[in-house]
Amino acid sequence: MNLKNKNPIHFTIIFIIACIMLIVTFWISIVCGSADIDTSTILNAIFNYDPKDMNHNIIIDVRIPRDIGALLVGVALAVSGAGIQSVTRNSLADPSLIGLNSGAALMLALTYAVSPVISFPILILTGFIGAMAGGTMVLMIGRSRKDGFNPVRLILAGAAVSALLSAASQAIALYFRLNQSLIFWSSGGVSGTTWQQLYIGIPVVAIVVIIFILLSGQLSILNLGESVAKGLGQNVKIIRAGTMLLSMLLAGISVAIVGQIAFVGLMVPHISRFLVGTDYKKVIPLTAVLGGCLVVGADTVARMMGEAPVSAIISFIGVPYFLYLIKKGGRTI
Amino acid sequence: MINSRLKRKQIIVCFVLAVLLFLAVTWSITSGEYKMDLTAYLKTLIGQGEFKDNLILMEFRMPRMLITLFAGMALSMSGAVIQSITKNPLADPGILGINAGGGFAIAVFIVIGQVNPNTFIYVLPLISAAGGILTALLIFLFSYNKGKGISPANMVLIGVGLSTALSGGSITMMRKFNEDQAEFIAAWLAGNIWGDEWPFVFAFLPWILIIIPFLFFKSNSLNIINTNDQTAKSLGVNLDKERLILLIVSVILSSVAVAMVGSIGFIGLMGPHIAKSFVGPRHQLFLPIALLTGAFLLVVADTIGQMVLPIGTIPAGIVVAIIGAPYFLYLMYKTNSI
Repeated sequence: MNLKNKNPIHFTIIFIIACIMLIVTFWISIVCGSADIDTSTILNAIFNYDPKDMNHNIIIDVRIPRDIGALLVGVALAVSGAGIQSVTRNSLADPSLIGLNSGAALMLALTYAVSPVISFPILILTGFIGAMAGGTMVLMIGRSRKDGFNPVRLILAGAAVSALLSAASQAIALYFRLNQSLIFWSSGGVSGTTWQQLYIGIPVVAIVVIIFILLSGQLSILNLGESVAKGLGQNVKIIRAGTMLLSMLLAGISVAIVGQIAFVGLMVPHISRFLVGTDYKKVIPLTAVLGGCLVVGADTVARMMGEAPVSAIISFIGVPYFLYLIKKGGRTI
Repeated sequence: MINSRLKRKQIIVCFVLAVLLFLAVTWSITSGEYKMDLTAYLKTLIGQGEFKDNLILMEFRMPRMLITLFAGMALSMSGAVIQSITKNPLADPGILGINAGGGFAIAVFIVIGQVNPNTFIYVLPLISAAGGILTALLIFLFSYNKGKGISPANMVLIGVGLSTALSGGSITMMRKFNEDQAEFIAAWLAGNIWGDEWPFVFAFLPWILIIIPFLFFKSNSLNIINTNDQTAKSLGVNLDKERLILLIVSVILSSVAVAMVGSIGFIGLMGPHIAKSFVGPRHQLFLPIALLTGAFLLVVADTIGQMVLPIGTIPAGIVVAIIGAPYFLYLMYKTNSI
């Protein structure tokens, strides 16, 4: 276990640098695109919106919602990953690897099968329920009877449950002929984000992340081990269950917005812990900022490569990182 | 040395399975759009059928059936060998990402080669095999630790990671395809048995005829590899070499099957497990049963997939996953060792 908790100034500097990085990435992301739009037009679009100007419309209706969507998904997935990693004490956990994403996708497929026109709040709700179902299955089976969450078991259970749930989604898609929309769910892209989604997505993600920050002290205690946490008077069960629920909610929202993206929740908490140590009071905010940065950046790269899926771009960094983690043998936090 | 009671049991199980398999094949072949009655089927089978029955059976249904049978056998055998090599009862070509590797190679081939896959059926198994072998080697390379040898746990983790990435990669490339190609890869990833003409059967057959007898021939080595390394070394088996050869051969077998029928997982898991539950872990005994079980499972899954929907079919891979994944989870729940 890594206990190097560095001093507060160190954290502040890193956090500020991360925030600056996020702002810069976000700005680049708004500027870059197939339509060439200069900076003054963008500022004009934001501060004096003119509905008749085509460029203003592109900025306000396409690019900004898309970037905020990417940001939101990055924050949600990264914080969700941090939560899951702390509960399972397993550094290889990720919302997609433990069945949250495929569970959410299955529920969304079912929802679309019932009715193709569904309001976004209901999508979030069903995504959440699906993530909960998938995650609970994986955790129940992956938890071996003796030693808590063994990473290999957890990942294996995750792979099998994901295979099962994806097969079920595919079967539903075939049965109800929704294949086109399902390819979208499985490959992940933020290009279709609308303001309506954001009006609901932003407050939910913000509230959950704030709760996470409030809980972070408890997570740090939990991280010391179950017996220590109990000794310090923590109600381990409630903290664990609560953290899992919040993580599932975040995963559900992000699937409802973009489809399935893997490895964000795996990588970002690692990078944060590497930078600021294991104190979750520092890890959670930094994870949120870096997660947003990663997905916004990846989305920009994806757009410049002619609308490649974001998930592919992230896998490109995420898989080598995953292999490196295994090679290093970093099993437990 | 093999207990004669077990030997007798093996023969009985094999016989029962062969009968079941024949019934499943009959059921599958006689159902469908054009219902063939039983006597017509049997008559056609021995060459006494009417022209129409003959055409439907020999030109349309038989090649597809043979492909399905071969693929089920190949996947089951390959799973059995991979389980023994990795000493991991939960290993399976699908879980380890070997199928995804084959699929990725095929997708790359379609993008770079710009060909219609139907005209390249003889090349396709090679490409899929190359992708599968590369993936397997990558997994081996990363799970090899100096001094400690191969860690089965890491192998599984790396396989799952690679499989996620590779199928993601295939889907990514789909966006560059035209509609036909995209549909082909989508169906392929779902495990749709698409090889349904005689040339496919002839492209598949040599692999089956060479590799499956070879694996039977290696039963003793497999028995030894499956015990612990010390025992194997003291018996004079060059473990690393044998292991590598067997791994490559079994990966080729499953990749070729996957090239023909698409990404189908869990057969390689279920076949050997069911077989072992009858006659125990000795390879001479359980491999033939695993072979028949694999073929039986895939034929049944494919037939169910064809019958469930009023119009169209559900790919066999989906049916297999819906049956196989719960079985996998049950096995996992039961074994505490992994």
